[in-house]
Amino acid sequence: MLTEAQAWQALDAVEDPEIPVVSVTELGIVREVILGEDGLRVVVTPTYSGCPATEMIAESIVDALKAAGAGKVSVETRLAPPWSTDWIAESAREKLRAYGIVPPQPALPDGAQVVRFMSRKLPCPRCGSSHTTRLSEFGSTACKSLYRCEDCREPFEYFKPI
Amino acid sequence: MGAPAMTQTTPAHLEYVLRLGDAALIHGQRLSEWCGHAPVLEEDLALANMALDFVGQARMLLSHAGVLEGKGRDEDTLAFLRHEGQYRNPTLCEMPNTDFAHTMIKGFLLGSFNLLMWSRLCGSSDEALAAIAAKSLKEARYHVEHTGDWVIRLGDGTEESHRRAQAALDMLWPYTNELFAANPTDDAAAAAGVGPAWSDLAEDWEKAVLAVLKHATLTVPARTPFQSYGKFGRHSEHLGHLLAVMQHLPRSFPGATW
Repeated sequence: MLTEAQAWQALDAVEDPEIPVVSVTELGIVREVILGEDGLRVVVTPTYSGCPATEMIAESIVDALKAAGAGKVSVETRLAPPWSTDWIAESAREKLRAYGIVPPQPALPDGAQVVRFMSRKLPCPRCGSSHTTRLSEFGSTACKSLYRCEDCREPFEYFKPI
Repeated sequence: MGAPAMTQTTPAHLEYVLRLGDAALIHGQRLSEWCGHAPVLEEDLALANMALDFVGQARMLLSHAGVLEGKGRDEDTLAFLRHEGQYRNPTLCEMPNTDFAHTMIKGFLLGSFNLLMWSRLCGSSDEALAAIAAKSLKEARYHVEHTGDWVIRLGDGTEESHRRAQAALDMLWPYTNELFAANPTDDAAAAAGVGPAWSDLAEDWEKAVLAVLKHATLTVPARTPFQSYGKFGRHSEHLGHLLAVMQHLPRSFPGATW
């Protein structure tokens, strides 16, 4: 039987399948670990409604906890409060940058107006130049947008604040 | 998601949630048809990502509708085993794709509506619905940003892009009447605190939409008495074809998994 601290430690090693440099705990999607008589319950919150990695993450969580010695493990989804990129751990930000993804700026408050043709001056994660252009609000996954560095000419991604 | 302890679900409550779920599903399905066909790769990704958001929202909403109904139907049963007359999405959602301008105008008109709707539904008396709304609201903001930017770019772009955007607006605008048509389901849902009567959103919607259309140098068509009735299960001829494609696999191979 695992202790709660051991369970969290095992979860620290579960990678996000889309961004394998950060763990699910660093992403802030593991909300709670509950040790009950009927086994271990892990409460997770989805990043985006349609995130295709959600089911794979749940499977990886069960596998990791069982490998660490847990008995029965179940994963529950909780929507409220909705996940925010503000919950991404400080430790993950540098890892994201090194991986080629600019970490998210603070999320907008819920009542915020939609801004037209927003040009965020993001520094290129490779060469540091701020001479960059947004190519699309949506990148290889819903959580990222696609940019290009006009100096080193490399494409890069930005983790969208949500 | 944990099912909240429900007392008695009213038919209006169920109908209201089903309508939201169907709107998200049908709009998501239309967006997904662009996959591999968009004018540029970046937009192919954007359209597929928006489609995923809508299908994800539909899954949550239809699962919740199944719980409210209490007859053991899950998201898949509701999505794949209902006929067109049982669908409650507004007709606008099912309009077939033509060109990119048409999809951006449609996405912007619907997205602006969703933004107001989710924002109001965050305070729903139905806690599960409020949680879905808070999640969806964050996504809707990106949809409106993206489609709205394109509406301006196309409308205030070249002669050809303007012509296409205007043609799409002229074609789709009459279908927005349906969004705000008063009906007993909305009145009952509003009275129970489930969500706003959609007619209450008309003024704010028009204000938000007209500002962008003006910026896009597009001419707003005059309102006509035209009414469509998708919300009440009377759809255009297009929904049946969409469902034939979407439901083909689960109907041909019941219970198939992979």
